Amino acid sequence: MSDPILRLEGVYTNIAQYHILQGVDLEVPRGAVTMLLGRNGVGKTTTLRTIIGHWRAHQGRILLDGEDISRMPTPAIARAGVGFVPEEMGIFADLTVEENMILAAVSGPIDPARLDWVFSIFPPLKTFWKSEAGNLSGGQKQMLSIARAMVEERRLYLIDEPTKGLAPAIISTMARALKELKEQGASILLVEQNFSVARALGDGANVMDDGRMIWSGQMAELSTDAALQERLMGLSMEAH
Amino acid sequence: MKAVLSGDMPRSVPLTLILGVILVCLALAPFLFPGVRTVDTAARICIFVVLVASYDLLLGYGGIVSFAHTMFFGIGAYGVALASTHMGRGFDALLVGSVAGAGVAAALALVIGLFSLRVRAIFFAMITLAVASAVAVLVSQLSGLTGGEDGLTFQTPRALGPAFKFGDELFGVKLNGKLLAYYLIFLGSLILFLLMLRVVNSPFGRVLQAIRENDFRAEAIGYRVVHYRVAATCLSAAVAALAGSLYAIWLRYVGPDTALSMEIMIDILLMVVIGGMGTMYGAVIGATLLVIAQNYLQNLMGVASGVVDGLPVLPELLSADRWLLWLGVLFILSVYFFPTGVVGRLRARK
Repeated sequence: MSDPILRLEGVYTNIAQYHILQGVDLEVPRGAVTMLLGRNGVGKTTTLRTIIGHWRAHQGRILLDGEDISRMPTPAIARAGVGFVPEEMGIFADLTVEENMILAAVSGPIDPARLDWVFSIFPPLKTFWKSEAGNLSGGQKQMLSIARAMVEERRLYLIDEPTKGLAPAIISTMARALKELKEQGASILLVEQNFSVARALGDGANVMDDGRMIWSGQMAELSTDAALQERLMGLSMEAH
Repeated sequence: MKAVLSGDMPRSVPLTLILGVILVCLALAPFLFPGVRTVDTAARICIFVVLVASYDLLLGYGGIVSFAHTMFFGIGAYGVALASTHMGRGFDALLVGSVAGAGVAAALALVIGLFSLRVRAIFFAMITLAVASAVAVLVSQLSGLTGGEDGLTFQTPRALGPAFKFGDELFGVKLNGKLLAYYLIFLGSLILFLLMLRVVNSPFGRVLQAIRENDFRAEAIGYRVVHYRVAATCLSAAVAALAGSLYAIWLRYVGPDTALSMEIMIDILLMVVIGGMGTMYGAVIGATLLVIAQNYLQNLMGVASGVVDGLPVLPELLSADRWLLWLGVLFILSVYFFPTGVVGRLRARK
Protein backbone atom coordinates (compact mmCIF):
# COMPACT_ATOMS: atom_id res chain seq x y z
CA MET A 1 0.00 0.00 0.00
CA SER A 2 1.34 3.49 -0.91
CA ASP A 3 2.13 6.14 1.69
CA PRO A 4 -0.90 8.03 2.93
CA ILE A 5 -1.41 11.55 1.52
CA LEU A 6 -2.07 12.86 5.03
CA ARG A 7 -0.97 11.62 8.41
CA LEU A 8 -1.76 13.12 11.83
CA GLU A 9 0.50 12.01 14.66
CA GLY A 10 -0.57 12.76 18.23
CA VAL A 11 -2.21 16.09 17.42
CA TYR A 12 -3.38 18.22 20.34
CA THR A 13 -5.39 21.41 19.76
CA ASN A 14 -6.52 23.84 22.41
CA ILE A 15 -9.10 26.56 21.78
CA ALA A 16 -8.87 29.10 24.59
CA GLN A 17 -8.90 27.03 27.80
CA TYR A 18 -10.57 24.02 26.15
CA HIS A 19 -8.52 20.98 25.13
CA ILE A 20 -10.44 19.95 22.03
CA LEU A 21 -8.10 17.49 20.33
CA GLN A 22 -6.20 15.22 22.69
CA GLY A 23 -3.72 13.21 20.66
CA VAL A 24 -5.45 12.55 17.35
CA ASP A 25 -3.82 9.96 15.08
CA LEU A 26 -5.20 9.68 11.57
CA GLU A 27 -4.17 8.41 8.15
CA VAL A 28 -5.82 9.46 4.90
CA PRO A 29 -4.91 7.08 2.06
CA ARG A 30 -4.25 8.42 -1.41
CA GLY A 31 -7.15 8.27 -3.87
CA ALA A 32 -9.78 7.21 -1.35
CA VAL A 33 -12.61 8.73 0.65
CA THR A 34 -11.88 8.63 4.36
CA MET A 35 -14.82 9.28 6.64
CA LEU A 36 -14.43 11.10 9.93
CA LEU A 37 -17.38 10.15 12.10
CA GLY A 38 -18.56 10.68 15.64
CA ARG A 39 -21.17 12.38 17.72
CA ASN A 40 -21.56 16.17 17.79
CA GLY A 41 -18.83 18.05 19.60
CA VAL A 42 -16.19 15.32 19.59
CA GLY A 43 -13.67 17.33 17.53
CA LYS A 44 -14.32 16.43 13.88
CA THR A 45 -14.54 20.03 12.61
CA THR A 46 -11.62 21.04 14.83
CA THR A 47 -9.57 18.25 13.25
CA LEU A 48 -10.25 19.63 9.75
CA ARG A 49 -9.58 23.19 10.88
CA THR A 50 -6.34 22.14 12.53
CA ILE A 51 -5.21 20.47 9.30
CA ILE A 52 -5.96 23.62 7.28
CA GLY A 53 -4.16 25.73 9.92
CA HIS A 54 -7.10 27.73 11.28
CA TRP A 55 -6.36 26.32 14.71
CA ARG A 56 -2.75 25.61 15.58
CA ALA A 57 -1.76 22.13 16.75
CA HIS A 58 -0.08 22.65 20.11
CA GLN A 59 1.56 19.28 19.90
CA GLY A 60 2.02 16.57 17.30
CA ARG A 61 2.70 16.54 13.58
CA ILE A 62 0.53 16.93 10.48
CA LEU A 63 2.26 15.43 7.46
CA LEU A 64 1.06 16.17 3.93
CA ASP A 65 2.93 13.84 1.60
CA GLY A 66 5.57 13.54 4.32
CA GLU A 67 6.01 17.32 4.79
CA ASP A 68 5.11 18.73 8.20
CA ILE A 69 2.49 21.45 7.61
CA SER A 70 1.53 21.96 11.25
CA ARG A 71 3.41 25.29 11.45
CA MET A 72 2.52 26.54 7.99
CA PRO A 73 0.05 29.43 7.62
CA THR A 74 -3.38 28.60 6.22
CA PRO A 75 -2.84 30.19 2.77
CA ALA A 76 0.38 28.21 2.30
CA ILE A 77 -1.42 24.97 3.19
CA ALA A 78 -4.20 25.84 0.73
CA ARG A 79 -1.67 26.61 -2.01
CA ALA A 80 0.09 23.35 -1.25
CA GLY A 81 -3.03 21.71 -2.67
CA VAL A 82 -5.45 21.30 0.22
CA GLY A 83 -9.01 22.25 -0.74
CA PHE A 84 -11.25 23.04 2.21
CA VAL A 85 -15.04 23.11 2.16
CA PRO A 86 -16.29 24.51 5.47
CA GLU A 87 -19.68 23.66 6.89
CA GLU A 88 -22.43 26.30 6.68
CA MET A 89 -22.07 27.14 2.97
CA GLY A 90 -18.75 28.94 2.98
CA ILE A 91 -19.22 31.26 0.05
CA PHE A 92 -18.66 34.97 -0.52
CA ALA A 93 -22.21 36.29 -0.70
CA ASP A 94 -21.35 39.75 -2.10
CA LEU A 95 -19.46 38.32 -5.06
CA THR A 96 -21.01 36.67 -8.11
CA VAL A 97 -20.83 32.93 -8.70
CA GLU A 98 -18.23 33.61 -11.38
CA GLU A 99 -16.10 35.72 -9.02
CA ASN A 100 -16.33 33.06 -6.31
CA MET A 101 -15.05 30.46 -8.75
CA ILE A 102 -12.29 32.67 -10.16
CA LEU A 103 -11.07 33.44 -6.63
CA ALA A 104 -10.90 29.74 -5.86
CA ALA A 105 -8.71 29.03 -8.89
CA VAL A 106 -5.54 30.24 -7.19
CA SER A 107 -3.05 28.66 -9.57
CA GLY A 108 -4.28 30.45 -12.70
CA PRO A 109 -7.24 30.83 -15.04
CA ILE A 110 -9.96 28.20 -14.75
CA ASP A 111 -9.54 25.25 -17.10
CA PRO A 112 -12.65 25.38 -19.39
CA ALA A 113 -12.92 21.58 -19.52
CA ARG A 114 -12.86 21.36 -15.73
CA LEU A 115 -15.46 24.12 -15.50
CA ASP A 116 -17.71 22.23 -17.91
CA TRP A 117 -17.33 19.17 -15.71
CA VAL A 118 -18.34 21.23 -12.64
CA PHE A 119 -21.32 22.64 -14.54
CA SER A 120 -22.37 19.11 -15.53
CA ILE A 121 -22.57 18.22 -11.84
CA PHE A 122 -24.05 21.51 -10.65
CA PRO A 123 -26.12 22.96 -13.57
CA PRO A 124 -27.58 25.83 -11.45
CA LEU A 125 -24.12 27.36 -11.17
CA LYS A 126 -24.04 27.85 -14.94
CA THR A 127 -27.54 29.35 -14.87
CA PHE A 128 -26.65 31.82 -12.11
CA TRP A 129 -23.03 32.37 -13.23
CA LYS A 130 -23.36 36.18 -13.20
CA SER A 131 -25.65 36.38 -10.14
CA GLU A 132 -24.59 37.40 -6.66
CA ALA A 133 -23.91 34.29 -4.61
CA GLY A 134 -25.92 35.76 -1.72
CA ASN A 135 -29.08 35.47 -3.84
CA LEU A 136 -28.72 31.70 -4.36
CA SER A 137 -30.82 29.19 -2.45
CA GLY A 138 -29.27 27.24 0.42
CA GLY A 139 -28.64 24.18 -1.75
CA GLN A 140 -27.13 26.25 -4.55
CA LYS A 141 -24.82 27.97 -2.06
CA GLN A 142 -23.60 24.59 -0.90
CA MET A 143 -23.09 23.53 -4.52
CA LEU A 144 -20.96 26.63 -5.03
CA SER A 145 -19.03 25.91 -1.86
CA ILE A 146 -18.08 22.44 -3.11
CA ALA A 147 -17.62 23.60 -6.71
CA ARG A 148 -15.04 26.14 -5.49
CA ALA A 149 -12.93 23.32 -4.12
CA MET A 150 -13.47 21.24 -7.28
CA VAL A 151 -12.57 24.00 -9.75
CA GLU A 152 -8.93 22.97 -9.51
CA GLU A 153 -7.41 19.59 -8.93
CA ARG A 154 -6.26 19.40 -5.29
CA ARG A 155 -3.96 16.95 -3.60
CA LEU A 156 -6.43 16.58 -0.75
CA TYR A 157 -10.00 17.70 -0.11
CA LEU A 158 -11.23 18.44 3.41
CA ILE A 159 -15.02 18.54 3.35
CA ASP A 160 -17.08 19.35 6.42
CA GLU A 161 -20.68 18.15 6.50
CA PRO A 162 -21.63 18.99 2.90
CA THR A 163 -25.22 17.73 3.24
CA LYS A 164 -26.07 19.40 6.53
CA GLY A 165 -29.50 21.00 6.48
CA LEU A 166 -30.17 20.30 2.80
CA ALA A 167 -33.28 18.92 1.10
CA PRO A 168 -33.09 15.23 0.02
CA ALA A 169 -32.94 16.14 -3.69
CA ILE A 170 -29.94 18.40 -3.08
CA ILE A 171 -28.28 15.77 -0.89
CA SER A 172 -28.31 13.32 -3.80
CA THR A 173 -26.69 15.98 -6.03
CA MET A 174 -23.99 16.49 -3.41
CA ALA A 175 -23.43 12.75 -3.10
CA ARG A 176 -23.13 12.47 -6.88
CA ALA A 177 -20.59 15.30 -6.94
CA LEU A 178 -18.46 13.63 -4.28
CA LYS A 179 -18.76 10.29 -6.08
CA GLU A 180 -17.51 11.88 -9.33
CA LEU A 181 -14.65 13.45 -7.43
CA LYS A 182 -13.82 10.06 -5.94
CA GLU A 183 -13.92 8.41 -9.37
CA GLN A 184 -11.31 10.92 -10.54
CA GLY A 185 -8.97 9.49 -7.92
CA ALA A 186 -9.21 12.36 -5.46
CA SER A 187 -8.11 11.96 -1.85
CA ILE A 188 -10.91 13.13 0.43
CA LEU A 189 -11.30 13.47 4.17
CA LEU A 190 -15.02 13.81 4.72
CA VAL A 191 -16.98 14.68 7.86
CA GLU A 192 -20.56 13.55 7.29
CA GLN A 193 -23.48 12.97 9.61
CA ASN A 194 -25.73 11.52 6.93
CA PHE A 195 -24.97 7.80 7.25
CA SER A 196 -26.44 6.76 3.91
CA VAL A 197 -24.09 9.22 2.18
CA ALA A 198 -21.20 8.06 4.38
CA ARG A 199 -21.92 4.41 3.60
CA ALA A 200 -22.15 5.07 -0.14
CA LEU A 201 -18.95 7.07 -0.40
CA GLY A 202 -16.62 5.99 2.37
CA ASP A 203 -13.70 3.65 1.82
CA GLY A 204 -12.08 4.02 5.21
CA ALA A 205 -13.71 5.22 8.40
CA ASN A 206 -12.41 6.83 11.58
CA VAL A 207 -14.54 7.41 14.62
CA MET A 208 -13.76 10.12 17.15
CA ASP A 209 -14.87 10.57 20.71
CA ASP A 210 -13.84 13.20 23.22
CA GLY A 211 -11.01 14.58 21.07
CA ARG A 212 -9.43 11.21 20.31
CA MET A 213 -9.63 8.63 17.53
CA ILE A 214 -11.29 5.60 19.05
CA TRP A 215 -11.64 3.38 15.99
CA SER A 216 -10.16 3.15 12.51
CA GLY A 217 -11.05 0.61 9.88
CA GLN A 218 -13.05 0.05 6.70
CA MET A 219 -16.40 1.77 6.15
CA ALA A 220 -17.88 -1.51 4.92
CA GLU A 221 -17.00 -3.16 8.24
CA LEU A 222 -18.51 -0.34 10.30
CA SER A 223 -21.66 -0.04 8.21
CA THR A 224 -22.53 -3.73 8.59
CA ASP A 225 -21.84 -4.05 12.31
CA ALA A 226 -24.71 -2.49 14.25
CA ALA A 227 -23.21 -3.46 17.60
CA LEU A 228 -19.96 -1.70 16.72
CA GLN A 229 -21.83 1.42 15.66
CA GLU A 230 -23.79 1.37 18.90
CA ARG A 231 -20.60 1.02 20.92
CA LEU A 232 -18.66 3.74 19.03
CA MET A 233 -21.32 6.32 18.37
CA GLY A 234 -24.18 5.40 20.64
CA LEU A 235 -26.52 4.75 17.70
CA SER A 236 -27.05 2.47 14.76
CA MET A 237 -26.68 3.57 11.12
CA GLU A 238 -29.71 1.50 10.25
CA ALA A 239 -31.82 4.01 12.14
CA HIS A 240 -30.73 6.75 9.67
CA MET B 1 -17.87 53.49 -21.48
CA LYS B 2 -17.91 50.07 -19.84
CA ALA B 3 -14.13 49.83 -20.24
CA VAL B 4 -13.62 53.31 -18.77
CA LEU B 5 -15.73 52.34 -15.75
CA SER B 6 -13.89 49.00 -15.46
CA GLY B 7 -17.14 47.13 -16.09
CA ASP B 8 -18.67 48.57 -12.90
CA MET B 9 -21.78 50.23 -14.33
CA PRO B 10 -24.15 52.18 -12.03
CA ARG B 11 -26.81 49.43 -12.54
CA SER B 12 -29.72 51.78 -11.88
CA VAL B 13 -31.34 54.34 -14.17
CA PRO B 14 -31.88 57.00 -11.44
CA LEU B 15 -28.30 56.49 -10.24
CA THR B 16 -26.96 56.82 -13.80
CA LEU B 17 -28.91 60.04 -14.24
CA ILE B 18 -27.74 61.49 -10.91
CA LEU B 19 -24.12 60.60 -11.61
CA GLY B 20 -24.41 62.03 -15.12
CA VAL B 21 -25.80 65.32 -13.79
CA ILE B 22 -23.03 65.54 -11.17
CA LEU B 23 -20.36 64.82 -13.80
CA VAL B 24 -21.72 67.44 -16.21
CA CYS B 25 -22.10 70.02 -13.42
CA LEU B 26 -18.54 69.44 -12.22
CA ALA B 27 -17.11 69.39 -15.74
CA LEU B 28 -18.81 72.68 -16.63
CA ALA B 29 -18.97 74.24 -13.17
CA PRO B 30 -17.01 77.43 -14.04
CA PHE B 31 -19.39 78.06 -16.96
CA LEU B 32 -22.67 76.85 -15.46
CA PHE B 33 -22.18 78.45 -12.04
CA PRO B 34 -19.68 81.27 -12.44
CA GLY B 35 -18.65 82.72 -9.13
CA VAL B 36 -15.82 82.24 -6.69
CA ARG B 37 -17.84 80.33 -4.11
CA THR B 38 -19.59 77.96 -6.49
CA VAL B 39 -16.37 77.03 -8.30
CA ASP B 40 -14.68 76.56 -4.93
CA THR B 41 -17.53 74.24 -3.90
CA ALA B 42 -17.15 72.26 -7.14
CA ALA B 43 -13.39 71.89 -6.59
CA ARG B 44 -13.97 70.68 -3.01
CA ILE B 45 -16.49 68.12 -4.28
CA CYS B 46 -13.93 66.80 -6.81
CA ILE B 47 -11.25 66.47 -4.13
CA PHE B 48 -13.55 64.91 -1.55
CA VAL B 49 -14.86 62.39 -4.08
CA VAL B 50 -11.30 61.07 -4.41
CA LEU B 51 -10.65 61.23 -0.67
CA VAL B 52 -13.89 59.40 0.17
CA ALA B 53 -13.33 56.84 -2.61
CA SER B 54 -9.89 56.07 -1.21
CA TYR B 55 -11.41 55.65 2.26
CA ASP B 56 -14.10 53.40 0.85
CA LEU B 57 -11.39 51.13 -0.55
CA LEU B 58 -10.38 50.56 3.06
CA LEU B 59 -13.72 50.52 4.84
CA GLY B 60 -16.21 49.44 2.20
CA TYR B 61 -14.05 46.96 0.30
CA GLY B 62 -11.49 45.88 2.90
CA GLY B 63 -13.58 46.16 6.08
CA ILE B 64 -10.74 48.10 7.72
CA VAL B 65 -11.59 51.03 9.99
CA SER B 66 -8.98 53.78 9.97
CA PHE B 67 -8.92 57.14 11.71
CA ALA B 68 -5.72 58.26 10.00
CA HIS B 69 -7.13 59.05 6.61
CA THR B 70 -7.02 62.78 7.25
CA MET B 71 -3.39 62.36 8.26
CA PHE B 72 -2.55 60.87 4.86
CA PHE B 73 -4.58 63.65 3.22
CA GLY B 74 -2.57 66.19 5.22
CA ILE B 75 0.75 64.55 4.33
CA GLY B 76 -0.03 65.05 0.65
CA ALA B 77 -1.11 68.66 1.23
CA TYR B 78 2.00 69.46 3.27
CA GLY B 79 4.15 67.70 0.66
CA VAL B 80 3.06 70.16 -2.02
CA ALA B 81 3.29 73.13 0.36
CA LEU B 82 6.79 72.26 1.54
CA ALA B 83 8.05 71.51 -1.98
CA SER B 84 6.61 74.76 -3.32
CA THR B 85 8.06 76.71 -0.39
CA HIS B 86 11.54 75.26 -0.74
CA MET B 87 11.79 74.70 -4.49
CA GLY B 88 9.91 77.82 -5.51
CA ARG B 89 6.72 78.07 -7.55
CA GLY B 90 6.63 75.66 -10.46
CA PHE B 91 5.03 72.49 -11.74
CA ASP B 92 8.17 70.58 -10.80
CA ALA B 93 7.57 71.51 -7.14
CA LEU B 94 3.93 70.36 -7.39
CA LEU B 95 5.01 67.07 -8.92
CA VAL B 96 7.82 66.45 -6.43
CA GLY B 97 5.58 67.41 -3.48
CA SER B 98 2.72 65.20 -4.67
CA VAL B 99 4.90 62.17 -5.36
CA ALA B 100 6.85 62.59 -2.12
CA GLY B 101 3.62 63.04 -0.13
CA ALA B 102 2.11 59.91 -1.65
CA GLY B 103 5.32 57.99 -1.02
CA VAL B 104 5.59 59.08 2.62
CA ALA B 105 1.89 58.31 3.20
CA ALA B 106 2.24 54.85 1.68
CA ALA B 107 5.40 54.14 3.69
CA LEU B 108 3.74 55.25 6.93
CA ALA B 109 0.68 53.14 6.10
CA LEU B 110 2.96 50.17 5.47
CA VAL B 111 4.59 50.53 8.89
CA ILE B 112 1.26 50.99 10.70
CA GLY B 113 -0.29 48.12 8.75
CA LEU B 114 2.54 45.66 9.37
CA PHE B 115 2.46 46.42 13.09
CA SER B 116 -1.28 46.31 13.59
CA LEU B 117 -3.11 44.47 10.78
CA ARG B 118 -1.21 41.30 11.59
CA VAL B 119 -3.24 40.95 14.78
CA ARG B 120 -6.80 42.20 14.45
CA ALA B 121 -8.33 44.96 12.34
CA ILE B 122 -9.59 46.74 15.49
CA PHE B 123 -5.99 47.32 16.62
CA PHE B 124 -5.39 49.05 13.32
CA ALA B 125 -8.24 51.48 14.09
CA MET B 126 -6.81 52.26 17.53
CA ILE B 127 -3.26 52.68 16.28
CA THR B 128 -4.34 54.94 13.41
CA LEU B 129 -6.18 57.14 15.90
CA ALA B 130 -3.07 57.42 18.07
CA VAL B 131 -0.71 58.06 15.15
CA ALA B 132 -3.05 60.64 13.57
CA SER B 133 -3.29 62.54 16.88
CA ALA B 134 0.49 62.41 17.31
CA VAL B 135 1.12 63.70 13.77
CA ALA B 136 -1.40 66.54 14.24
CA VAL B 137 0.40 67.61 17.43
CA LEU B 138 3.78 67.25 15.73
CA VAL B 139 2.72 69.45 12.81
CA SER B 140 1.50 72.11 15.24
CA GLN B 141 4.74 71.97 17.21
CA LEU B 142 7.18 71.97 14.29
CA SER B 143 6.33 75.55 13.41
CA GLY B 144 9.73 76.19 11.79
CA LEU B 145 8.98 73.58 9.14
CA THR B 146 5.20 73.46 8.92
CA GLY B 147 4.19 76.95 9.99
CA GLY B 148 2.58 75.52 13.14
CA GLU B 149 -1.03 76.48 13.75
CA ASP B 150 -0.79 79.24 11.13
CA GLY B 151 0.07 76.76 8.42
CA LEU B 152 1.89 77.53 5.18
CA THR B 153 0.83 79.89 2.44
CA PHE B 154 2.70 79.25 -0.79
CA GLN B 155 2.66 80.15 -4.45
CA THR B 156 1.61 77.78 -7.19
CA PRO B 157 2.84 78.14 -10.79
CA ARG B 158 1.90 81.42 -12.39
CA ALA B 159 -0.20 79.53 -14.96
CA LEU B 160 -2.56 78.47 -12.15
CA GLY B 161 -3.08 81.94 -10.70
CA PRO B 162 -5.86 84.45 -11.47
CA ALA B 163 -3.33 86.90 -12.90
CA PHE B 164 -2.46 84.54 -15.78
CA LYS B 165 -4.65 85.15 -18.84
CA PHE B 166 -4.81 82.92 -21.88
CA GLY B 167 -7.72 84.62 -23.66
CA ASP B 168 -10.51 87.11 -23.09
CA GLU B 169 -13.75 85.45 -22.13
CA LEU B 170 -15.72 82.34 -23.04
CA PHE B 171 -19.47 82.41 -22.30
CA GLY B 172 -18.78 85.33 -19.98
CA VAL B 173 -16.13 83.48 -18.01
CA LYS B 174 -12.61 84.91 -17.76
CA LEU B 175 -10.02 82.57 -19.24
CA ASN B 176 -7.39 82.79 -16.54
CA GLY B 177 -5.11 80.60 -14.44
CA LYS B 178 -7.82 79.95 -11.85
CA LEU B 179 -9.88 78.27 -14.55
CA LEU B 180 -6.84 76.13 -15.44
CA ALA B 181 -6.36 75.31 -11.76
CA TYR B 182 -9.97 74.14 -11.55
CA TYR B 183 -9.55 71.86 -14.55
CA LEU B 184 -6.30 70.51 -13.13
CA ILE B 185 -8.23 69.58 -9.98
CA PHE B 186 -11.17 68.19 -11.97
CA LEU B 187 -9.06 66.06 -14.31
CA GLY B 188 -6.73 64.94 -11.53
CA SER B 189 -9.72 63.86 -9.45
CA LEU B 190 -11.39 62.15 -12.40
CA ILE B 191 -8.25 60.15 -13.20
CA LEU B 192 -7.77 59.14 -9.55
CA PHE B 193 -11.42 58.14 -9.23
CA LEU B 194 -11.27 55.99 -12.38
CA LEU B 195 -8.06 54.45 -11.05
CA MET B 196 -9.83 53.53 -7.80
CA LEU B 197 -12.71 52.09 -9.82
CA ARG B 198 -10.19 49.97 -11.73
CA VAL B 199 -8.60 48.78 -8.49
CA VAL B 200 -11.82 47.68 -6.81
CA ASN B 201 -12.93 45.82 -9.94
CA SER B 202 -9.61 44.04 -10.36
CA PRO B 203 -8.84 40.59 -8.93
CA PHE B 204 -7.16 42.45 -6.05
CA GLY B 205 -10.45 44.22 -5.28
CA ARG B 206 -12.37 40.94 -5.36
CA VAL B 207 -9.96 39.37 -2.87
CA LEU B 208 -10.41 42.40 -0.62
CA GLN B 209 -14.18 41.95 -0.75
CA ALA B 210 -13.78 38.28 0.07
CA ILE B 211 -11.56 39.14 3.04
CA ARG B 212 -14.08 41.70 4.28
CA GLU B 213 -16.80 39.08 4.18
CA ASN B 214 -14.86 36.26 5.82
CA ASP B 215 -11.12 36.44 6.27
CA PHE B 216 -10.75 32.78 7.27
CA ARG B 217 -12.49 31.58 4.12
CA ALA B 218 -10.20 33.81 2.04
CA GLU B 219 -7.15 32.35 3.79
CA ALA B 220 -8.46 28.81 3.35
CA ILE B 221 -8.55 29.42 -0.41
CA GLY B 222 -4.94 30.60 -0.36
CA TYR B 223 -4.89 34.39 0.09
CA ARG B 224 -2.62 36.03 2.67
CA VAL B 225 -5.06 38.38 4.41
CA VAL B 226 -2.33 40.55 5.97
CA HIS B 227 -0.63 41.14 2.61
CA TYR B 228 -3.86 42.23 0.96
CA ARG B 229 -4.93 44.43 3.85
CA VAL B 230 -1.54 46.14 4.02
CA ALA B 231 -1.50 46.66 0.24
CA ALA B 232 -4.99 48.20 0.39
CA THR B 233 -3.92 50.47 3.24
CA CYS B 234 -0.85 51.69 1.34
CA LEU B 235 -2.80 52.29 -1.86
CA SER B 236 -5.58 54.07 -0.02
CA ALA B 237 -3.07 56.25 1.85
CA ALA B 238 -1.25 57.19 -1.36
CA VAL B 239 -4.49 58.20 -3.10
CA ALA B 240 -5.62 60.16 -0.03
CA ALA B 241 -2.27 61.97 -0.09
CA LEU B 242 -2.74 62.82 -3.78
CA ALA B 243 -6.19 64.20 -2.95
CA GLY B 244 -4.48 66.30 -0.26
CA SER B 245 -1.99 67.56 -2.85
CA LEU B 246 -4.85 68.65 -5.10
CA TYR B 247 -6.48 70.40 -2.14
CA ALA B 248 -3.27 72.30 -1.37
CA ILE B 249 -2.85 73.28 -5.03
CA TRP B 250 -6.39 74.63 -5.06
CA LEU B 251 -6.16 76.54 -1.77
CA ARG B 252 -2.48 77.57 -2.09
CA TYR B 253 -2.49 77.17 1.66
CA VAL B 254 -2.22 74.31 4.08
CA GLY B 255 -2.77 74.27 7.84
CA PRO B 256 -3.72 71.81 10.59
CA ASP B 257 -7.39 72.84 10.49
CA THR B 258 -7.75 72.55 6.73
CA ALA B 259 -5.84 69.31 6.18
CA LEU B 260 -5.40 67.40 9.43
CA SER B 261 -8.43 68.02 11.64
CA MET B 262 -10.61 65.26 13.03
CA GLU B 263 -13.62 67.14 11.61
CA ILE B 264 -12.50 66.18 8.11
CA MET B 265 -12.26 62.55 9.25
CA ILE B 266 -15.85 62.71 10.50
CA ASP B 267 -16.94 64.30 7.22
CA ILE B 268 -15.32 61.44 5.31
CA LEU B 269 -17.14 58.88 7.45
CA LEU B 270 -20.46 60.67 6.91
CA MET B 271 -19.89 60.85 3.16
CA VAL B 272 -19.09 57.13 2.95
CA VAL B 273 -22.16 56.18 4.99
CA ILE B 274 -24.55 58.53 3.20
CA GLY B 275 -23.32 57.57 -0.27
CA GLY B 276 -23.11 53.86 0.43
CA MET B 277 -20.22 51.72 1.56
CA GLY B 278 -18.53 49.31 -0.81
CA THR B 279 -19.41 51.23 -3.94
CA MET B 280 -17.19 53.88 -5.47
CA TYR B 281 -20.23 55.75 -6.77
CA GLY B 282 -21.30 56.22 -3.17
CA ALA B 283 -18.25 58.46 -2.75
CA VAL B 284 -19.53 60.71 -5.56
CA ILE B 285 -23.03 61.00 -4.09
CA GLY B 286 -21.89 61.31 -0.46
CA ALA B 287 -19.23 63.95 -1.16
CA THR B 288 -21.56 65.98 -3.38
CA LEU B 289 -24.43 65.97 -0.87
CA LEU B 290 -22.35 66.81 2.18
CA VAL B 291 -20.13 69.47 0.59
CA ILE B 292 -23.20 71.21 -0.85
CA ALA B 293 -24.98 70.94 2.50
CA GLN B 294 -21.97 72.36 4.33
CA ASN B 295 -21.72 75.26 1.91
CA TYR B 296 -25.34 76.12 1.25
CA LEU B 297 -27.53 74.73 4.03
CA GLN B 298 -26.85 77.81 6.15
CA ASN B 299 -27.95 80.12 3.32
CA LEU B 300 -30.98 78.00 2.54
CA MET B 301 -32.08 78.07 6.15
CA GLY B 302 -31.59 81.84 6.27
CA VAL B 303 -34.01 82.15 3.33
CA ALA B 304 -36.45 79.67 4.92
CA SER B 305 -36.31 81.56 8.20
CA GLY B 306 -37.19 84.77 6.37
CA VAL B 307 -40.15 83.10 4.64
CA VAL B 308 -41.71 81.91 7.91
CA ASP B 309 -40.91 85.14 9.74
CA GLY B 310 -43.85 86.11 11.97
CA LEU B 311 -44.91 82.54 12.69
CA PRO B 312 -44.27 81.11 16.16
CA VAL B 313 -41.24 78.83 16.82
CA LEU B 314 -40.43 78.10 13.15
CA PRO B 315 -38.16 81.13 12.53
CA GLU B 316 -36.14 80.13 15.58
CA LEU B 317 -35.94 76.51 14.45
CA LEU B 318 -34.91 77.48 10.94
CA SER B 319 -32.45 80.13 12.05
CA ALA B 320 -29.28 80.01 9.95
CA ASP B 321 -27.26 79.57 13.14
CA ARG B 322 -28.85 76.16 13.65
CA TRP B 323 -27.61 74.69 10.35
CA LEU B 324 -25.38 72.16 12.07
CA LEU B 325 -28.36 70.83 14.03
CA TRP B 326 -30.28 70.29 10.79
CA LEU B 327 -27.27 68.76 9.13
CA GLY B 328 -27.25 66.23 11.99
CA VAL B 329 -30.96 65.60 11.53
CA LEU B 330 -30.46 65.07 7.79
CA PHE B 331 -27.68 62.58 8.54
CA ILE B 332 -29.86 60.60 10.98
CA LEU B 333 -32.72 60.55 8.47
CA SER B 334 -30.46 59.44 5.64
CA VAL B 335 -29.04 56.58 7.72
CA TYR B 336 -32.58 55.59 8.79
CA PHE B 337 -34.09 55.64 5.31
CA PHE B 338 -30.96 54.62 3.38
CA PRO B 339 -29.16 52.09 5.60
CA THR B 340 -27.18 50.87 2.58
CA GLY B 341 -26.54 54.42 1.45
CA VAL B 342 -28.11 56.31 -1.42
CA VAL B 343 -26.42 54.09 -4.00
CA GLY B 344 -27.48 50.88 -2.24
CA ARG B 345 -31.07 52.11 -2.11
CA LEU B 346 -31.15 53.20 -5.73
CA ARG B 347 -29.65 49.92 -6.91
CA ALA B 348 -32.19 47.95 -4.88
CA ARG B 349 -35.02 49.84 -6.63
CA LYS B 350 -33.82 49.08 -10.17
